[in-house]
Amino acid sequence: MKTYAPSRMELAPRDIVARAEQSEMDAGRGIDGKDMIHLDLRHLGEARIMERLPQIRQLGIDFLGVDCITECLPIQPTAHYSMGGIPTDKDSHVITDEQGTRMKGFFAAGECACVSVHGGNRLGTNSLLEAVVFGERAGKSVLKYATGIDYGGINEGQEKARVLKKFEEVYQRDGSESYNDIRDEMKEIMMSHCGVFRDKEKLKVCIETLNGLQERFAKGKVTDKGKVFNTEIYEIMELGNMLSVAQIIATAALRRQESRGGHFRTDFPKRDDENFLHHSMVYANPDGLEIKSKPVVITKHQPAERTY
Amino acid sequence: MATFRIKRFNPEKQPEPYYEEFQLDIPSGATLLDCMNLIKWTLDGSFSYRMSCRSAICGSCAIKADGHALLACQRQAEHLVKNDETITLEPLGNLKPIKDLVVDFNPFWEKINKVKPYLEPKETPPEKERLQSPQEFRLIDDSSTCIMCGACYSDCNTLEVDENFLGPAALAKAQRFVGDSRDSKTLERVQALSEPGGIWDCTHCGECVERCPKPARPFDRIKEIMTVALDEGVTNNVGARHAMSFFNSVKRSGNLNENRIPVESMGIFNIQGLLSLLPVGLRMFFKGKVPPIIHHSIEEVDDVKRIFKELDQ
Ligand code: SF4
Ligand code: SF4
Ligand code: FES
Repeated sequence: MKTYAPSRMELAPRDIVARAEQSEMDAGRGIDGKDMIHLDLRHLGEARIMERLPQIRQLGIDFLGVDCITECLPIQPTAHYSMGGIPTDKDSHVITDEQGTRMKGFFAAGECACVSVHGGNRLGTNSLLEAVVFGERAGKSVLKYATGIDYGGINEGQEKARVLKKFEEVYQRDGSESYNDIRDEMKEIMMSHCGVFRDKEKLKVCIETLNGLQERFAKGKVTDKGKVFNTEIYEIMELGNMLSVAQIIATAALRRQESRGGHFRTDFPKRDDENFLHHSMVYANPDGLEIKSKPVVITKHQPAERTY
Repeated sequence: MATFRIKRFNPEKQPEPYYEEFQLDIPSGATLLDCMNLIKWTLDGSFSYRMSCRSAICGSCAIKADGHALLACQRQAEHLVKNDETITLEPLGNLKPIKDLVVDFNPFWEKINKVKPYLEPKETPPEKERLQSPQEFRLIDDSSTCIMCGACYSDCNTLEVDENFLGPAALAKAQRFVGDSRDSKTLERVQALSEPGGIWDCTHCGECVERCPKPARPFDRIKEIMTVALDEGVTNNVGARHAMSFFNSVKRSGNLNENRIPVESMGIFNIQGLLSLLPVGLRMFFKGKVPPIIHHSIEEVDDVKRIFKELDQ
């Protein structure tokens, strides 16, 4: 890490560490030329590792058979947190536009939500904020909202029919494609073309590939049509949702011609506050995704250039 | 090729479970859950089980492999089964199967709820957090690591014969609050936990400690609650009296007085309870299994007394 962040070394923000790892692997310096590099924790010593990192050590032992007290851990970058999400205000109420118009009765908190505290890069342990602060605020908001209002006029039969129709649509597919292949190819393209390093060409290929996968998704093969704990059907619906979210990520990344936090464009390596100091709000219109901007509210800390 | 012999069950198709075998080349580095996913995604999409995090932290994927409960995502498949070998996968025990390896967790959650798994502090919530010293936190650190996987519940020997037993996970969760320096209901908690179905019904088999994938180790936590219960003077129940009688017998003579322990456990004034012991006693008598009427001390009883003295008892 001396080459990448000499003052902070491995404790630099994780987007910087992730880029350092990927650069080493891209330069062919991964373990045996593969997509992995070594993390050496041995200098910390057994006592410190056992006190501070017992879970990390156990993970290495269980998943890789590697004990980080005596050996180096093979590692690679991964998507570890969704910095974007369902837009909410600070009371966890979901909002629908840049003016903060609330969507009635819809609340979100946790990693699915985007309250706009993390910006382009969530720092270590700040995810606890979602649970400890916004979990509580969401609970209070929901209580306040639900007190004194009546159930809406839901027609149970109609709702059931609507869900069953969705299932039926999945069962009717012609079954010429494998959901497993689609899932694997989606993961592959998102990692290689929309991962640590992005550029215009890669993102365009990514979006086209995702379009193709969407088409194939509509022809997937179902084996389980039962109504008891059908895990296959929910995995299929989950995959459908993942494809939509992947589209949103890639489309917003293509539009954002700058680098900020976890989003790094090799063709636009600098941050561009003049044009992109805002959130992207993505809307699903009949003729594709539409992106609008929502300004970032800056109170105490002005954004500054990061140097480590 | 390794053989995965899987217990299948789908009540929509047939009421009885059956075993089905799948052959798979285990990819290097694959966990047992990875193998299950490969079976589901490439061989039979209807194969059902729970999973989510794939990193041993959500507690969803506990199943039985060759008869013992474990987290499928936490174990390297190659450590459990080699190519040319067979491994049997079954749903967790002591819970009703819903489909294949998915079981109904409702009784498990009901028991967790029974131990009031939330803080009952003395004062109203302060503006900021309530601080604990590292020493205070250490008392509840291990039980806080429980991920509610149910592996202990599945293999608990007491639960197999007594479904009213709270079970290892709920009792470990109970210790999380019995041992919490910020809780104000310690006495009430240990009183409730000393009722039938609570701490004293555990048979000390230690199976739950073997199965627990985390440092929660339920039986160790149960012993901690027992200690608190006795310290708080909650001794007016069969289990506590049994433990005290055990303790006194060893202290007096160096071994167990098997005539005295059942009587002391029931309570000397508990006529009904004592009468209930009679049939067992008579059956033991006729089978020639009665312990000697006159109880003898072991020869080294002085050493035993010295140990007790040293422990300041
Ligand atoms: S030690 Fe007690 S709680 Fe644990 S498995 Fe045995 S009987 Fe059950
Ligand atoms: S005590 Fe251990 S085995 Fe039992 S539910 Fe918790 S983590 Fe699982
Ligand atoms: S999948 Fe979460 S514990 Fe195994």
